[in-house]
Parts: sequence; structure tokens; C-alpha cells
Amino acid sequence: MNLSMSSVESLVAQIHGLSSNIGELTQLRNYLKQCDDLLRTESTRLAPLLTELDPSVHSLGYLYILEACTSAPISKDQANKLVLSVARFINVCAAEQIRLAPEKFISICKRLMLQVMLLEDPMRGVAPLLTSIRKLQSSTEQLTTLHPDFMLLCLLSKCYKIGLSVLEDDIFEVDLPRDLFLYCYYGGMICIGQKQFRKALELLHNVVTAPMPIISAIAVEAYKKYILVSLIHLGQFATSFPKYTSSAAQRNLKNFSQSYLELVNSYSTGKVSEVEKCVEIYKDTFGSDNNLGLVKQVVSSMYKRNIQRLTQTYLTLSLQDIANTVQLNSPKEAEMHVLQMIQEGDIYATINQKDGMVRFLEDPEQYKTCEMIERLDFSIQRIMRLSKKLTTMNEVMSCDPSYLGKVGKERQRFDYDDFYTVPSKFTI
Amino acid sequence: MEAEDDAAGAIIGDEEIYANVRDETDSQRHRPIISGEQLDVEAYAALYTGRTKTTRLLFIADKCGAPSMELEALRMAYDEIKKGENTQLFREVVGKINGRLGPNYALDDAWADAVDRRAELKKDKLENELNAYRTNLIKESIRMGYNDFGDFYYAHGQLGEAFKNYVRTRDYCTTSKHIIHMCLNAILLSIEMGQFTHVTSYVGKAEQTADGLDPVTIAKLRCAAGLSHLEGKKYKLAARKFLEVGPELGNNYTEVISPQDVATYGSLCALASFDRSELKSKVIDNTNFRNFLELVPEIRELINDFHTSHYASCLEYLGNLKTNLLLDIHLHDHVETLYEQIRSKALIQYTLPFVSVDLNMMANAFNTSVTGLEKELEALITNDQIQARIDSHNKILYARHADQRNGTFQRVLQTGNEFDRELRAMLLRANLIKHDYNLKAARKH
Repeated sequence: MNLSMSSVESLVAQIHGLSSNIGELTQLRNYLKQCDDLLRTESTRLAPLLTELDPSVHSLGYLYILEACTSAPISKDQANKLVLSVARFINVCAAEQIRLAPEKFISICKRLMLQVMLLEDPMRGVAPLLTSIRKLQSSTEQLTTLHPDFMLLCLLSKCYKIGLSVLEDDIFEVDLPRDLFLYCYYGGMICIGQKQFRKALELLHNVVTAPMPIISAIAVEAYKKYILVSLIHLGQFATSFPKYTSSAAQRNLKNFSQSYLELVNSYSTGKVSEVEKCVEIYKDTFGSDNNLGLVKQVVSSMYKRNIQRLTQTYLTLSLQDIANTVQLNSPKEAEMHVLQMIQEGDIYATINQKDGMVRFLEDPEQYKTCEMIERLDFSIQRIMRLSKKLTTMNEVMSCDPSYLGKVGKERQRFDYDDFYTVPSKFTI
Repeated sequence: MEAEDDAAGAIIGDEEIYANVRDETDSQRHRPIISGEQLDVEAYAALYTGRTKTTRLLFIADKCGAPSMELEALRMAYDEIKKGENTQLFREVVGKINGRLGPNYALDDAWADAVDRRAELKKDKLENELNAYRTNLIKESIRMGYNDFGDFYYAHGQLGEAFKNYVRTRDYCTTSKHIIHMCLNAILLSIEMGQFTHVTSYVGKAEQTADGLDPVTIAKLRCAAGLSHLEGKKYKLAARKFLEVGPELGNNYTEVISPQDVATYGSLCALASFDRSELKSKVIDNTNFRNFLELVPEIRELINDFHTSHYASCLEYLGNLKTNLLLDIHLHDHVETLYEQIRSKALIQYTLPFVSVDLNMMANAFNTSVTGLEKELEALITNDQIQARIDSHNKILYARHADQRNGTFQRVLQTGNEFDRELRAMLLRANLIKHDYNLKAARKH
């Protein structure tokens, strides 16, 4: 069936005509939905139509046509053109319009990502996807399906800082749980790459403790990294799950991470030789999980932690003694470690090379500066906002009919204060 | 015995001065039984009666490691058992003696068989009597019958059966005296069997009976409670119980414990677990307990030394007493722990009043080397029992008091961060659950 020029013309005319305000746009959307099959069958011939439309004004129409165009399988040389055209569209499109057809928008972004990966140039996709996320989100608190893809591209192209900037936003709304898991997992990896272990721990914790009816492979991998990051950042790992963890996770996660739990045990002995022995035994498992780098960091964090413990007991200590206690090979090595820790801000100390002594100092922070006051104030404001959010959420839930229905069933039939029976079902 | 007399002559002199303070009517020699010298097995055994005497002698024989003492203990055990009716224990002791004490102390089969036959007859007789009483349903007789059975089994070393029979009398007890009698028997059996949970429960039961508790019984119950806490490693509670034992105990509970033991156990547990003020008020100023402490002057000395901060001599006394204390059946497992705790307490107490302490002087006071001392102090600081830091270069210990203000700020910021994180995670999870729920609801429709 040939698409006659007239129907194409009418399509373009409709798009031109109905793109001014939201009422017309909804109408346009319904019309376009009906034309969807038509568009799909004529996908190869739609390219010239795009030239007649202005993507920034007629975003919705342009979107539908573009999506239909790109739905056909494409050869490698055409891929470049596709990437360029989609990227251009994303940059100029109007956010309110594309939000009316999110599935279409998501699908062209995914195609962009696919092509970028096939071209083996992930960096080209980073900026477009960032823009697309910002346009698709109804608020910065919402997680879209594009978030994990974006994170993956950042990881593959090593653009960690951009990834971090997106991670700064707090997420409270989620479309699909799977998106959240992937997002937190990739996000955790980016934070590890940037040595922001606190944030990584937070993200991985969210994956591990999220409500899960059945366990997913993402959670298993996240748990392994969670153990390692916890050892590096906190120096310990609590093997008991918090109460709110799903029962599926509590039962099964530990079975998949036996070698990691062994590592935790050897770490808690406080002896570097034990940890290194354990790493040797399980080297293959760690390697196949791509966690060898992290494991090496765990070992080096052991030295740090032992030296930190010394600061609690000693005021001055000779380098020789440090080397002996922490099981380093020579005072020179001890000096190197202490120097590095001072530079990174992990301890406060001065090294006296003449005597071969290290003098440990107290944390010079006096909590008296303006910056500290500002920081406290900022924290207070933030927590007040969060509390308000919590209260609103509580109120909304208390009015939710399904919640009330369920609670009503479980209440006692007679309330002792009044003599009316408590209704078990609310008919609204 | 005569040779040991001379060695202990000096201590006897002191004892005679204190002899007038005590108004005990027994004519026992006021020799310190638990002292730094080698344990006089005979005098030690003379403190106890009944089965515990034999058990203690056998324990000493096992643990002492000196063949002369071992043989002495075994000889006395043999004599003691021959006075009783426990043939199984008899065979055990003979096996241990192994002919080393000559023909007088060999396996006397004739005696053993005679005792066994007598036992059979007695058992039958008791059983018949008990059945008769049971058919007649006379409560008092049934109770006495079960009691006799219990005594019988106890004498023959069948502790489990004895315990069961004593406990059966419970249903037939009519007065509180009966109940107390039952409880005391049960306690004795439980201690012999080493089941100290029962001891606690029966002590509780006995203490709850409204009347009929004379001071001696109260003292006995407190000793038993103290023993069970000691076994349970609850040294503070054990110390409190032992310190509450009144002087009425005297020699009335020698089938379980001697007054010297009360003094020793009480003091050691108190030293290991009480703080300074409690030590002074409950031990040193305790007039009742002073009577007990008179019996063990070395322990009295070491408590005073500890209180007056003469740690070197205190620890020296402790060291001397150690070998003899290891031979005591109740204290054996706890000597090490108690000693460690006492030593830690001494170290902590030494450093408390000072802003800075020279480690060389401290090592002298504790009669140890500086490096050893440094290691011990490091362990104590890591466990947060001493707030100080070591200047390893100059070998000085500096007291370090945490800056409250900084600490508070740190904690505040940390709590804020944690709250922030937890709250956000919780809101996220709530959203996920809501999403899940909506999905399920949508699917249902």
C-alpha cells in the first residue's frame, strides 16, 4: 500500500497546525497514535518529511516520524548519520512535547546508545543522553529509564565527573525498580572510580536492601562490591542485614559471596598476612568478577587502618615500631605510608627524620569557623526539607483508599469509644 | 606435720594475737590453710566433711604434680572412702594409687563386696517401706521415704538418682522447714554434679519461703548462690553474695564450703570486679567479713596493699598464692581470669590520678620491664579502659581527656548525615513498594 502524497501532506499539515498549545498537542498525539502503523510500514520513505518540520516547534510530530525512520535496521555507515540526527533532535526538542510520548523518546535514545556502542565511541553519546535525561524528567527527583544507560555510557567512556554530577541529585520517584538497581550499581562503580567511597556505599546499600520479591543478579554483584567498599571505607563489615531488607535477599545473597565473606573474616584479624593469604586463595573468583582492583585497595586500606589505630594509643612512636606493629618490611616503607596518609588527610602527624620518630597530632578542626557554621546551617535546612517531605508523604498515604481499605479490615470491629461499627470497606 | 610446724611458726605467732578476736568455739589450730607455702593436704582436708572432702582430695591428687603430695592426698581419700559406702569411687581411687602406697592401700574386694551386698539389702528394704507408705498415703512418711532413698543413693555415689529422689519430696513437703531441707539437699547435689543452674533456682526457692529461715541457713544459701555466680563467671555478683555471708556460717556448711573459701573467693572476686569505693565499703570496712578475712591473713594483706596502692607487694602475694589456688576445685578455672582482671585494675588505678606518668617508675612499681609494661598499657588503651596516650620516645604516659566540645560537634554532624541518608533511602524504598503494589493492583484488575 503506497502512502499517497496526499496523506503525507495531510500528516505534515496536521503537525504544523496542531503544535501550538497543549490541547492541540493532545489531539495531535491521538492522531499520531492512529497513524503509527502507517508510519511504520513507510519508514524508509519518511526521511524527506523531516526536512519539512522544525524539531524545536514540532517536537512531537518530529519525534514520531524520527522514531519510525530509525526503527528499520541500519548499516554501519548510516549509523553515523543516525547518531548525528538523533543527537541534534535531542538538543533542540521541546521538553513538554516529548513528555507526551515518553516511550517513543526513550526508544530513540536507546537506539542512539546502541549505535554509539556499535561505533565503539561511547563518549559521543554522553552529552546527548545527559540532555535527554534532563528533558524527560518531570523533576530532578525522578529516575527515568535512561538514567542507567547514561551511567553505563559514562563508565564505558570514563567520563566519571559528569556521572557524578547526575548522582548528586536525590532520587525519590522510580518508574521501574530494575532501572533503580542498574542505576545504583553503575553509580556505585563511578563513585568507586572517583574514590568517593561514602556515596558508593550509600548507592550499593540501596540496591542490596531494596524490596525484591526474587533476587536479581544485579543485587548479587552489588552485594560483592558492597562488601569490598565497606571494608575499604569503614574497616569492617556487618554481616547482618538491616530489618528492611527483603527476605529473598537475606536468604540468598550470602550464598553467592562466600569468598568475599572469607575476606571479611581475614580482614577482621587485623593482620595483613592473613588478608593477603585469603586474596591468593580466591584470586580467580575475584578476577572473574572483575573485582581484583578493589581487592587490592582493600589490602592497602588494611595498612592505613592499622596505622590509624596507632594514633589512638601513642603520642610519638618510632618508625621502626610502626613498621613492626603494622607488619611492614622496613622503617622506610612505614615512612612512605605515613607520608601518604598525611597528604591524603587520613591522619595528622609530623615526621621527625632525625630521630626516626612520628609525632601524632590531634585533629586541628576547632569547629569555630564560618564555614562550619554554614555547613551546619545547610544540613539543618536540608533535614527540615526532608522531614517536610516525609510528613507530606505520610499524609498522602493516609488518604489512599487502598491503604485505608486494608487497614480497615484489620481493625477491631467495635471501637470502644463510639458505638458504631468500624467500616471495613470504604465505598467512595 | 612436726616439720611443717616450725616453718609456719612465725605465722602462728601472729595468729595467736588475733585468736582472741574470734569467738569460735572450735579448737582447731589457727594456722592459715591457704598460704603461700605448699599446701598442707591434711589440714586442708580437715576443713571439709562428706563427699566434697574426697572430691577435693582427688582433685588435688590430679592437679598437684608433686608425687609426695599426690600420694598423701590419695591416701587420705582412701581412708575417707573406706569410712563411707561408695564402692565405685573406692575402685577409682585404688586404680589411681596403683599399689604405690603398699599393701594396706590395695583393692579390698572383700570390703567392697560386703558393702555392695549391704547396699542391695538396704535398697530393697527402703523400697518396700516406701511402697508401704505410698499405699498408706501418709505424706510425712512418703517424704521421709524419698529422703532416705536420696541419702542412700548419695552415699553410694549415684548422684543423679539421689537428686531425683530429693526433688520428689517436694510434693510431700508440708512445712517451710521441709521445703528448706529439700532445697538444701538439692543444692548440695547440684553443686556436686556441677549443675549450677539448678543451684540458683533452688536458692531462689528456698529464699522465697516466708519463715523458717534462721541465720545459718541464710548464710548457707548465700554461699551457694555465690558459688553458682562464680561458676557462671559473674564475678561481681559472686563477690557481693560472698561478702554478705554472715559469721554464723562457721563450720556449718563444711560439706560444701569452708569459711576460708568464703574469704578467698569473696576477696578475689571483689578485687577483680569492684571499683575502689565499693572495695572499701564492702570489703575493708565490712565487720562481718573481717571475721572471715582473719582466717586467710595473706589475702587480707593483699587487699590492703591494693587499696593503699602497694601494687608490687600485692601482685607478689597473688603470685605466691597462685599454685595453691589452682588446687581448689571451684576456683581452678577462674584463677587466670581473676588474676588478669586484678592486674588490669591495678594498672588502671595507678594511672588514674596522674596527668603524666613516667613509664620507668611505673615499671618499677609493678616489678616488670618497660617494654612489657608498654604492651600491657597499649592493650588497655585500645580497650578504652585507660584514657591516655603513650609517648614512646620519652617513655611517658600522658592522660588524655577527650575534648567534649569537638566530640559533640563531630557526633552532631555525623548523626545529621546518617539521618539524611537513612531518610532518603527510606523514602526511596517506600516509593518502590508503592510502585510494586500499584503494579500488582493494576494486574489484578
